[in-house]
Amino acid sequence: MTDTTSNAPVDRARAAELSAIGRFLKATELDTRMLGMVAALLIIWLGLHFLSGGLFLTPRNLWNLSVQTSSVAIMATGMVLVIVMRNIDLSVGSVEGVVGMVMGVAQAEFLIRVVGMQLGNPWLWVIALITGIVVGLAIGALQGFIIAYLDVPAFIVTLGGLLVWRGVAWWITSGRTVAPMDATFQLMGGGPAGSIGSSWSWILGIAACAGVVALLLNGRVQRKRFKFPLRPVWAEFFLGTIACVVILGAVKIANSYPWPAGVVNKYAAANNISVPEGGLFIAHGIAIPVLMAIAVGLVMTFITNRTRFGRYVFAIGGNPEAANLAGINTRWITMKVFMIMGVLAAIAAAISSARLNASTNSLGTLDELLVIAAAVIGGTSLAGGSGTIIGAMLGALLMQSLQSGMVLLGLDTPLQNIVVGLVLVVAVWLDTMYRKRV
Amino acid sequence: MEQTQTPLVEMRNISIAFGGIRAVDGASCDLYPGEVVALLGHNGAGKSTFIKILSGAYKRDSGQIFINGEEAAISNPRDAKKYGIETIYQTLALADNVDAAANLFLGREVMTKYGTLDDAAMEAEARKVMGRLNPRFQRFKEPVVKLSGGQRQSVAIARAILFNARILIMDEPTAALGPQETAQVGELVKQLKTDGLGIFLISHDIHDVFDLADRVCVMKNGQVVGTARTQDVTKDEVLGMIILGKCPPGAIPGPGALKEAA
Repeated sequence: MTDTTSNAPVDRARAAELSAIGRFLKATELDTRMLGMVAALLIIWLGLHFLSGGLFLTPRNLWNLSVQTSSVAIMATGMVLVIVMRNIDLSVGSVEGVVGMVMGVAQAEFLIRVVGMQLGNPWLWVIALITGIVVGLAIGALQGFIIAYLDVPAFIVTLGGLLVWRGVAWWITSGRTVAPMDATFQLMGGGPAGSIGSSWSWILGIAACAGVVALLLNGRVQRKRFKFPLRPVWAEFFLGTIACVVILGAVKIANSYPWPAGVVNKYAAANNISVPEGGLFIAHGIAIPVLMAIAVGLVMTFITNRTRFGRYVFAIGGNPEAANLAGINTRWITMKVFMIMGVLAAIAAAISSARLNASTNSLGTLDELLVIAAAVIGGTSLAGGSGTIIGAMLGALLMQSLQSGMVLLGLDTPLQNIVVGLVLVVAVWLDTMYRKRV
Repeated sequence: MEQTQTPLVEMRNISIAFGGIRAVDGASCDLYPGEVVALLGHNGAGKSTFIKILSGAYKRDSGQIFINGEEAAISNPRDAKKYGIETIYQTLALADNVDAAANLFLGREVMTKYGTLDDAAMEAEARKVMGRLNPRFQRFKEPVVKLSGGQRQSVAIARAILFNARILIMDEPTAALGPQETAQVGELVKQLKTDGLGIFLISHDIHDVFDLADRVCVMKNGQVVGTARTQDVTKDEVLGMIILGKCPPGAIPGPGALKEAA
């Protein structure tokens, strides 16, 4: 009798010990790693904001940051799958270069001079983009085939690819830069025209919020259907609110960055709008490359979490032999992962060459390292078997924040490289410590 | 006893060599429905290799496999599964980084009508089958690497029986388990046997399997020493087969048996 009563407070004490943070994490089912990364990102942002004297956390800088991040973020989502399968792809930067060159030559020279299409033909950019994606897919398929079916290690195949594709990019035009790009193609690079404007940004933001709510509701219905434990209602509300605040906050920031005065005046003159005193305010809104990156992120998250293919990629990464014995065609899955990587490199190439408004043979140089670093900082284990798409995209954002922050601070390029290199090593070391503890 | 029946599995003159070493050399063995056959032998006797040919993990150099009297073409694990052959490997063959449900359905996922993974349905099914095997198992959300040896073993067994296997191969099923868990596996084998499954048990430790098996098939140096019904031979005689390759009177000698003259 006395025993039972004396035990009760102890149990309560234990529950209270878990209380505050522990209970919060359990209820919301948030991943502590991911929270740590978001915290690191916020600390870096605040630090850079402070050091740069208030230049970092401005709509203008954040908008530019989002555009700069998109091409690396897109490739990082593919790199997650590659690394989860215990492979590596060192060739993505070079593939980006060669595909950028192919798309540039296609729209600026081949389709016009050889096929005889008119400049500004609406099909120009479509054909160029599709050609680029097909080339990316083919390169990925070739490398994937050699890795999966001829058993050459991915490190070697893609190291070879790093040299080969960079060489091909050079060789296509003998080193000449191809410019300018088709006007519609350029929209993929962002800029005032390559953004969707204020109203569409709000519409998309609200639609995204509705999507979040629908996902949370659907999750709850699914759990009820099979009588699994439910999240507390307050946790659902909390998650939904945070997600919506972040989405709408991002839209708000993108909508507070106005077009530059020169562009506005030209636009006003062309459309017979009178410019009021103090200038006309036209917001950028979300940039098209950022939307492309978000779309890629959503599709890739869907593929990894909800499809058989994604499940197999993770199973192979966890235990390749077990996956094979379970009847999974591991070779074909490997080849498909590299094909996806090739397509993503092509999309990234479209964005970077559109942004540059030119195809140069050095496009994407060293991007492979940024992409791998983004995936690894984002929690993808090089031992294979674990990683998330959202983590890799946040990793890309973190790397890009550091880089553009240092530019704002006026640091020299060599110093920037030193910092980025150190951050990568320290981040992975912290992650290793974290994994050991858990 | 079942001599009039067609065997569920018949493996005839199976051979495989790895770089000049004949790991399995003309071995034959059969299995009837509702029967447990223990495949015994030293480490390196070729028993695991022999059975991996049946489960499709290795491709045989020569020999034939008959399932229900019809010749079967098995050249990879997917083929074997089509014939209802399920294997529980010595190394457990689980993907460590995903949860129990994902492992149970690995390679045969339940899909929703939109062609996406139906995780909820898979977890519900996993809870059902695990509830039968190991009622105290609750850790459905964790990657299997965090589970104990016994829990991992029950996941591996659950995976094999989940899809109505007709032929079950268990490679050292109790090697990683404590006494209580070993007894559990024993109970399970008896239960599956009454369901009419044919079961191959592979072990180098005769004590693990002698009481469970109806027949033993002993291998040495890649060849079959002999097969015997467990009621016709003693444990010591079987040990003699394993160690010396000496075939006792109660057993049917195979090509690997020690010749009396020698």
